[in-house]
Amino acid sequence: MFTADLLLNAVVAGVLLGGFYAAAAIGLTIAFGQLDVVNIAHPAFIVSGSFCAYFLNDAYGIDPILVGVLLTPVYFAVGVALYSVYYTSFERHGEESLRGLAFFFGIMFIVEVLLIMSFGVDYRLVDTAYIGESIKLGFIGLPYRLLVPFAVSLAMAGAIYLFLSRTFTGRAILAVSQDRLALRLMGADPVRVKQVAFGLALATTAVAGALLIVIGPVEPSIGRLYIGRVFAIVVLGGMTSISGTIVAALILGVVESLVGTLYGPSWAPAVAFGFLLVTLAVRPAGLFGR
Amino acid sequence: MLQSIARRRLFGALGGTILAAMSLALPSAQAAEPVKIGFGMALTGALAGNGKAALIAMEIWREDVNKAGGLMGRPVEFVYYDDQTNPSVVPGIYTKLLTVDKVDLVVSGYGTNVIAPAIPIMMGRKKVFMGLFGLAANEKFNYPNYFQIMPAGPDPKLDWSRGFFEIATGLDPKPKTVALVGADAEFARNALDGAKTNAEKFNLNVVYNNTYPPSTTDYTPVVRAIQATNPDVVFIASYPPDSAGMVRAINEVGLKAQLLGGGMVGLQYAALLTKLGPMLNGITNYDFWVPAPTLDFPGVNEFLAKYQAKAQDAGVDPLGHYLPPYAYAYLQVLGQAVNAANSLDDAKLAEYIRSNEFDTIIGKVKFGKNGEWASTRVLQVQYQGVTSDGLDQFLKPGARAVLYPSEWKYGELKTPFPQ
Repeated sequence: MFTADLLLNAVVAGVLLGGFYAAAAIGLTIAFGQLDVVNIAHPAFIVSGSFCAYFLNDAYGIDPILVGVLLTPVYFAVGVALYSVYYTSFERHGEESLRGLAFFFGIMFIVEVLLIMSFGVDYRLVDTAYIGESIKLGFIGLPYRLLVPFAVSLAMAGAIYLFLSRTFTGRAILAVSQDRLALRLMGADPVRVKQVAFGLALATTAVAGALLIVIGPVEPSIGRLYIGRVFAIVVLGGMTSISGTIVAALILGVVESLVGTLYGPSWAPAVAFGFLLVTLAVRPAGLFGR
Repeated sequence: MLQSIARRRLFGALGGTILAAMSLALPSAQAAEPVKIGFGMALTGALAGNGKAALIAMEIWREDVNKAGGLMGRPVEFVYYDDQTNPSVVPGIYTKLLTVDKVDLVVSGYGTNVIAPAIPIMMGRKKVFMGLFGLAANEKFNYPNYFQIMPAGPDPKLDWSRGFFEIATGLDPKPKTVALVGADAEFARNALDGAKTNAEKFNLNVVYNNTYPPSTTDYTPVVRAIQATNPDVVFIASYPPDSAGMVRAINEVGLKAQLLGGGMVGLQYAALLTKLGPMLNGITNYDFWVPAPTLDFPGVNEFLAKYQAKAQDAGVDPLGHYLPPYAYAYLQVLGQAVNAANSLDDAKLAEYIRSNEFDTIIGKVKFGKNGEWASTRVLQVQYQGVTSDGLDQFLKPGARAVLYPSEWKYGELKTPFPQ
């Protein structure tokens, strides 16, 4: 029953799925892990990205992932504006914890309702040449529906990692997550830096949303299924670490896939989150946390 | 003096006439008081696509009934709330409908998951409760005033998949093994329970029997695990997103079987039919109505024309073959019972519904044990010759061949899967 090809295919499927999870969680690593902004609406923005991809794919036949990439400047601008409102209303007054959380809950519901009003409540799918096809490497099957999102996700994660580690603004973002006051003493405006960071976080949701609708159908409230998962990945990864997020997402994907294949899919979420709890018990800062 | 007497008599006669006219007017004003029908419906959440489509069908019924004079001469009004496809809010909704909104009649929302939590409320108040597509929701309650419009049959858990397994055992070579898989949800679990019993009854060895959480993103691991058991038959009980996920994963992994499908919700909707297209070919799945000459019931095409005109703007399933005719029909049953009994008394209505057969746009409806249909009419259809050419192919006979029951058959089985 537990043959080598079944086991290997489960691992590969888990890695591919983990790639998508990384794309979904990486923006939250920036927003929540590095900026301490509990953006509970992050999955809702991912779903909005899915619907934008669906709309342009359905109307004009544009590839959904291309739509996601093209929309990143728009989502960046929305993120900058959203953070400005959040900072002015809550963070500046020290009320970011509960009231800020309530703010993002409200944003989540507004995004969902806007999607319902615009697109209705039906499930939406996209058409591409690569959905439904797969490539075989020996006995390993790689569906393009998962392979393409995996590749795009890695590319996006790599680009963000390089931006944060090699550019001035990126290093300023890392600095603001460590010591806001010290950054101010260096002559940088932490608020401005956080605006850019939050904009970047939201820009990732455009791409993650496109990947989501390539993988499977979406409806306006499907983001709620991912709230627990993306926050768990960020925490498991160590909160501030991009590479930690990627590793955590891959681990979660592989655990879900292995358990689902070998023991029964019902156990997959419990085992995955059990793994999170065990890791935090052994290493409370997460895999790559300091 | 004689003139003043005559004037008083005239005024007295006029006053009496006015009073008589007022007393006649008062009962008419009371007769115009609307009949309020209350329900929860999935307007958001996982099943909202169907819920909104059902609501459109119900509004069409309300318009038709009010044009024909209403129920007992009274107009019909709806009082409804969004149940968000969330079972936990259902008891609160129906308690409010009955105690605060004081509706006259109640019907259910869409789906087993939201029907089951409402039944205890109805039992406490002895209300007649029309159910909209609940699979064996009343099996544990045995509530006599519950009536269910989905044509599952007197033993819904078994009747749901009976046709699929009867087709399977008629295959040559005779299949020996079956894989059972479904979502971890009330409907799917009920369907799988029935499928397991049917599998044993038809001497099929169950080689895989698992459920998956509805939050599953990718079904490739599930399909590979099934493939590893090499089943002859695969029965799937899934909801729309999982149905799409399973069909895609099956196509990518290359799962083969003599017969595959069974209980996949969602493959009846335009969105999935058009986007999945040729991947559907060879899948044998349940359905309740398709455009076939054997299912051309009086009124159904007229209803569908009205529904399809409204559905496009509402962003819901433009085909409307699956749930909307039944959403119209369950109100037809209730309305016919009210008019025939000339009463809103739940005991009288329940007795009438239990004892009579109804003519509806989905054909003749007769209820049996536990409020389920007296005989099953769960169709098994096979997708054949489906192309990527859009919706029109599903508006006419052919793309969905009706294989079971035999009295509604239109088309022949093509095996194995995939085609």
